[in-house]
Amino acid sequence: MPECLTVMVNGRRVSVPEGSMVSTAVFLSGAPHFRRSVTGEARAPLCGMGICYECRVTIDGQAHARSCQIVCREGMDVRTDE
Amino acid sequence: MNNQHSDILIIGAGPAGLAAAVTAANSSQRVTIVDDNPTRGGQIWRGEQTHPSTPEAAEWFSKAEAAEVNFTSGARVFANPAPGLLLAETFDGVRELSYDKLILATGARERFLPFPGWTLPGVTGAGGLQALVKSGLPIKGRRVVVAGSGPLLMAVAAYLKKKGAEILLIAEQAPLSRLLRFSFGLFGEFKKALQALDLKSELAAVPLLTGCWPVAAHGSDRLTSVTLRRGRRAWNVECDYLACGFHLVPNLELAALLGCEIVNGCVRVGDDQQTSVKDIYCAGEATGIGGLDLSLVEGRIAGFAATGNHREAEKLFAARRRAQRFSDLLNQTFALRDELKTLPQSDTIICRCEDVTFERLQQHNEWRAAKLHTRCGMGPCQGRVCGAAVEFLLGWKHESVRPPVFPVRLASLAATTQNQMIS
Repeated sequence: MPECLTVMVNGRRVSVPEGSMVSTAVFLSGAPHFRRSVTGEARAPLCGMGICYECRVTIDGQAHARSCQIVCREGMDVRTDE
Repeated sequence: MNNQHSDILIIGAGPAGLAAAVTAANSSQRVTIVDDNPTRGGQIWRGEQTHPSTPEAAEWFSKAEAAEVNFTSGARVFANPAPGLLLAETFDGVRELSYDKLILATGARERFLPFPGWTLPGVTGAGGLQALVKSGLPIKGRRVVVAGSGPLLMAVAAYLKKKGAEILLIAEQAPLSRLLRFSFGLFGEFKKALQALDLKSELAAVPLLTGCWPVAAHGSDRLTSVTLRRGRRAWNVECDYLACGFHLVPNLELAALLGCEIVNGCVRVGDDQQTSVKDIYCAGEATGIGGLDLSLVEGRIAGFAATGNHREAEKLFAARRRAQRFSDLLNQTFALRDELKTLPQSDTIICRCEDVTFERLQQHNEWRAAKLHTRCGMGPCQGRVCGAAVEFLLGWKHESVRPPVFPVRLASLAATTQNQMIS
């Protein structure tokens, strides 16, 4: 089994296998969506490979980071839209 | 800023890029591959470096491992401030990548077609859902409808099933007659590849419906069901995920930025995979959707050609011709049917970045006017999703490309030594 590490998603501790993408941590956190669209719709990843930008979240204060393409690091702070 | 010079710089670490790198590295020149993804393998071999799914994947991973190739991951090229120089953004900052010869192996993405409800969480690409599962999304016990078009649907369904998903059905828009012709026309090598995937036994109990496609996804904040249509029949299927993609389209943005000529939605290349721009080569799906074999052979040809080994490149031309025949067959088989143009309703969102509806687009008669009035295609994805859809729905070609070709942080722009890119 791969080692696990812990990231924070919306202030909640989530344990993920090492090598997981940030998108996985967001899914596992139970967050209902990743972002709100410009008209307020709930959105979640579409393409899974960094093209569509629907997976955008805030990582360690950096807004608009693509969670599908960024590997989890220990202690990362991840925020989805409300 | 971190500067790195390469004799041969390759953009994209999928099959074409890896084949180009391994081939070019034999000439003892300095070879670098840069890729936006965190690991090599592109999309078809995404996340397989430690556990390759096929002997072929294993072979190319180990060749790439053994070759002296510098691999830069998580780096996305966004600008070309001067000839022979590219800028890439990583999570931690900007890299300058200078080169003598450049090989573009930027691959393809899925084509998405808008239908009511396609923006709901739970509706993903077909390859999209596979990529998410490869990245760690738990899928065990989840009910999945796989829909759209292309050979990817079967492969995705088989993969998800192996991971414990319940595949309710596969809906392929192409008619059965064309699929049959396709399977009769297949070449030996591809049949072998299919057998290796063991699709038949894997998917034995899963209904494959041809001439069938989704017309609406339902749910309030998340997908709960999908309406499918086949002939005159329309019915509802409850599911957790709708994995839906309509074949593939080439990633052309970087080639376009560099001024490479693009013909019929593909980068135009000569015999040696050279583009219309000196010292820039292109291999793989960006030259036309052709599948794995064509990508590998084009990558090898580009690797030989870029290192001046034209004689070795020539020896591969016949293999490339064979692979191209498969490519032609593929694209005829999975051509989109006109009925799909009627999928979006007037209030269906076409541009997901800017939430532009179909009726707002229909008030215009070309891209430029639509962009100026609605911002369609001007959000973060810069038309990568809606561009192919609008081309199919309205016949407008999305061709204008300007740096930065991806949204970047202001700090990345500020860090660039040359400012002419922000013109």
